[in-house]
Amino acid sequence: MPATDAARARWISALAQADPAAVEAAWAGLASRPAYRLLRAPETGLVMVRGRAGGTGAPFNLGEMTVTRCSVELGDGRVGHAYVAGRDPRHAEAAAVLDAMLQDPAGRAALETAVVEPLVAARAARQRAARDQADATRVEFFTMVRGEE
Amino acid sequence: MRPGLADPVLDSQRIFRGVLDAMSHPGRIVALAVEDAAPGPLHPATEAVCLALVDFETPLWLDPTGRTADVTAHLRFHCGCPIVDEPVHARFAVVADSMRMPELDQFDPGTDEYPDRSATVIVQARALSAGTGRRLTGPGIESEARLDALGLSERFWESLRANHARFPRGVDVLLTAGSRLAALPRTTRVEA
Repeated sequence: MPATDAARARWISALAQADPAAVEAAWAGLASRPAYRLLRAPETGLVMVRGRAGGTGAPFNLGEMTVTRCSVELGDGRVGHAYVAGRDPRHAEAAAVLDAMLQDPAGRAALETAVVEPLVAARAARQRAARDQADATRVEFFTMVRGEE
Repeated sequence: MRPGLADPVLDSQRIFRGVLDAMSHPGRIVALAVEDAAPGPLHPATEAVCLALVDFETPLWLDPTGRTADVTAHLRFHCGCPIVDEPVHARFAVVADSMRMPELDQFDPGTDEYPDRSATVIVQARALSAGTGRRLTGPGIESEARLDALGLSERFWESLRANHARFPRGVDVLLTAGSRLAALPRTTRVEA
């Protein structure tokens, strides 16, 4: 069964937002690494990040961020793409190959357990730590209501 | 899918230099150092010029012969260019089958205010040879140059004369064969 868009979006997002060292470690830890060729060698550039005020307002340009992209093709013709934050070419290359491998239904379940799930968990832990840190400095504002007349 | 230029920066600079050399010396044949494999009906020189010059800001038109799934996937991926249905909307056009090419006046000739906003038409020939054939004169040619191209119809050459007559408007033509190319910009006069 081919992967649904949502399933693919999930692993692409996990690979792209992961710590580069974690992706490289996952790649190095694979039992078998397929042969592949580069369709587009890793290259670093800028993309404009856009946002909406309050999530629903008019779009505005938030600022540019550094992104590294890479595309590869496996021997069986599967094509993998990666656009990852930062300027680590090995991160982009490993993420692109993993994207291609994850599209193969035969090996997907094992790869998801071994690679994707730990990255998703690590990202959740990172976000929780950042939130807890911010929460610790929360200031509750209150206003003394002045009675009218 | 196939890879694009091995070194996107240096290779596209080299190809640009080759096109510049050909454009500034109409009729001169320039050999590009490119790999011999190109997708579908494209010649290596045609593919190289597209990879070097075409991008998201330059809509590309492909003739029916050149518009294969292989070619459009390849150029969309590596150039990021929109592919248009009408020749008049294109900044670059690729004619893979020169015997069935549209008249040059089908392509955007720019305006009198901005003649630089015109199309560049890449026409694939079977072979190019310099020193024999049509007599070329004009800017970039000291006295005269001669260029012969196999696989181009008489109508093409007539169309080229009409294109020259529209100066400063008009399109610029690149002829490609294998990994070689020659240019016929709008300033060049072509005689029989």
